[in-house]
Amino acid sequence: MGMPTVVPQQRFERETYLNKEYGIWSWLLTTDHKRIALLYLISITFFFFIGGFFALLIRLELLTPAGDLVQADTYNKLFTQHGMVMVFFFLIPSIPATLGNFLVPMMVGAKDLAFPRINLLSWYLYIIGGIIMLHCMLTGGVDTGWTFYVPFSSNFTNTKFVEAGIAIFIAGFSSILTGLNFVVTIHRMRAPGMTWSRLPLFIWAHYATSIIQLLGTPVVAITIVLVACERALHLGIFDPKLGGDPVLFQHLFWFYSHPAVYIMILPAMGVVTEIIPCFSRKRIFGYQFVALSSIAIAVFGFLVWAHHMFVAGISVYSALVFSFLSYAVALPSAIKVFNWTATLYKGSIRYDAPMLYAFGFLGLFTIGGLSGLFLAALGINVHVTDTYFVVAHFHYIMVGGAVMGYLGGMHFWWPKISGKLYPEGWARLAALIVFIGFNLTFFPQFVLGYLGMPRRYYDYSHMPEFQVLNVLSTAGATVLGVGYLLPMVYFLWSMRYGKPASDNPWNAAGLEWKTASPPPTFNFDEEPVVTWEAYNYDELDAPPQAQEVTVA
Amino acid sequence: MPESTLMGEHRQEQLHPELLHHFADPEQQRNSASLGMWVFLGTEIMFFGGMFCAYLIYRHWYFGDFGAASKSIDATLGATNTAVLICSSLTVVLAVWAAQTARRALLISMLVVTMLFGLAFLGIKGKEYYDKFEEHHVPGASFSFNNVPIPSHPGEYANPRHAQIFFSLYFMMTGIHALHMIIGLGIFSCLLYMACKGHFTPEYHTPVEIGGLYWHFVDIIWIYLFPLLYLIDRHP
Repeated sequence: MGMPTVVPQQRFERETYLNKEYGIWSWLLTTDHKRIALLYLISITFFFFIGGFFALLIRLELLTPAGDLVQADTYNKLFTQHGMVMVFFFLIPSIPATLGNFLVPMMVGAKDLAFPRINLLSWYLYIIGGIIMLHCMLTGGVDTGWTFYVPFSSNFTNTKFVEAGIAIFIAGFSSILTGLNFVVTIHRMRAPGMTWSRLPLFIWAHYATSIIQLLGTPVVAITIVLVACERALHLGIFDPKLGGDPVLFQHLFWFYSHPAVYIMILPAMGVVTEIIPCFSRKRIFGYQFVALSSIAIAVFGFLVWAHHMFVAGISVYSALVFSFLSYAVALPSAIKVFNWTATLYKGSIRYDAPMLYAFGFLGLFTIGGLSGLFLAALGINVHVTDTYFVVAHFHYIMVGGAVMGYLGGMHFWWPKISGKLYPEGWARLAALIVFIGFNLTFFPQFVLGYLGMPRRYYDYSHMPEFQVLNVLSTAGATVLGVGYLLPMVYFLWSMRYGKPASDNPWNAAGLEWKTASPPPTFNFDEEPVVTWEAYNYDELDAPPQAQEVTVA
Repeated sequence: MPESTLMGEHRQEQLHPELLHHFADPEQQRNSASLGMWVFLGTEIMFFGGMFCAYLIYRHWYFGDFGAASKSIDATLGATNTAVLICSSLTVVLAVWAAQTARRALLISMLVVTMLFGLAFLGIKGKEYYDKFEEHHVPGASFSFNNVPIPSHPGEYANPRHAQIFFSLYFMMTGIHALHMIIGLGIFSCLLYMACKGHFTPEYHTPVEIGGLYWHFVDIIWIYLFPLLYLIDRHP
């Protein structure tokens, strides 16, 4: 066990959540939220690279107009599996299950989440769902698109939809349990003095996320059950032959799957809201507005789903209402962007890697959000429906927004998680590569879509003029791939060779920085009592001596 | 929340063997468990909500056909099952009261009676399903629903395709409800085991309470399912 190391530093003697126990079972049977967060981190990274592999094949196929690398059936499976893996097995759990799992109890001053065993159960459910999905992919895969619209998925496709549906259903259960744990923890486990108005905005964002997970996921779960039963047991709920309504399926599906986008983006907003005040050394501008805009996004997010269905034959009046409500979501989103910008104003800005990702998030999320308004407008929506414009839009939100936030957060809290510093120079370089690669990949797709290139085509030889933009996009995807590999490499490297991190390397506010890096198993040596407001950077910076204050 | 020190926590652990390490006191633990179950039941409402939504739309579209199909189900069996579940809710309440007041024998017998009611419900449900199977009312290739009059429109006959949608919803909604009953029986088996082992005291009986909450919720779902599925367009 605790081998005396040559480095004579006391942090190696100190008991942390990492060195308390060793062995595979101490990880697989752990109920420590920090260890479960690391289990999630490993698993979602695995699925991220699987999904990325599919993406790379898609981009390679589109390098030339002819369908030469893969044929239509394979291509359909590629974009379906790319979507299903990335949405359900990477993006939905990404920030909440890793950073959220690690940080929510620490940020509210608790020893653990309210239900540690349910937290572990949620990881196992995720893994079971993941294994079923892997099996499904290895034995043929699905070609329905990640949206699995009926009646194709229920009556016609000859691929393994039911298996994929079971995998998503189980993963959805894991997502519900994570959300449930967060809601109860935030309500019941806050440390003395940690009032709602003192909560870090990361917590508010996760609270809003959890509400969506709790209210949305069950609806997609029952939708999957209905489609699977229709397929396997020949029930007829959406079947048009019986007078059933396939559009009803779309309503039920998007009732979850639109808010699901906010499951991905809200935690990233929470991350950025932690990073920006720290690296501008200022209190967040308009705390209440940023907090309540998270809740507003969660609430409005449930009222806009039918903007995915403007061309599906819904009534023009309902389309008008949903168009209007979709614009309404822009309000809380804009409030956030303006408040982040106002926080930057006259701040003492430092350009460390987390901040670079936060800047990247700001720009890319804004582009993604504004292009969302194009799609909420009925006229433009009809023009660009099912084109690469839509693909570019949601990748700006889900990759440019959510993944940038995720990477920013990973860098920001890596010293806390691992107790080691990552190499700052490499990290800045990676942030730059990701930003450039991302824009090179997806900006041409806005143009492609606006010019009329449909999504989900494997062969565009009847429109060879689109090749230049597609080549740019494929080149960008390669750069982006390098940008994503780099952090994985240097994070792993830093675990062994990185410099030891101090307890608070960024001199950041927040309870998680007041305990050791890496933290002890129960997070704090003594139950913390909160007597200060959130983001008190003016107080932190005022007397230089006050910087080293810790609870211990 | 008391600002307890490490020493205080160790003392409490001895006083309350069921207190988990990460809670400050038993009250926080009880409140968390109870909130957790309420939140979970909220997700369950959304889960069933998807089916209720589909039901309401199709019933609005195909009211006559739904009425005819509904009439083919034995409402007496459904009403009996409703009575069985309402009685089981009463026995659950008595079980919780017994746990609160340290009446262990009563607790155990009430748990057993509740489970017997649950089994009776499933048995009657099975009979109902068997009847539907015999009558070829199970959706699929052998489905048949010809020349069934629409109750509110004499001389008109139900569209068998629309009736098939009704039966699809009937089997999904009651089937998933029955699955929840089976899970409930599993939960109550655990409670029974814990009660026999003497785990529950007036200070610690949270599992009985939140298990009871779950049982009541499943009952309430049935209270909605019964009129919606069995009592459409019925006239004395």
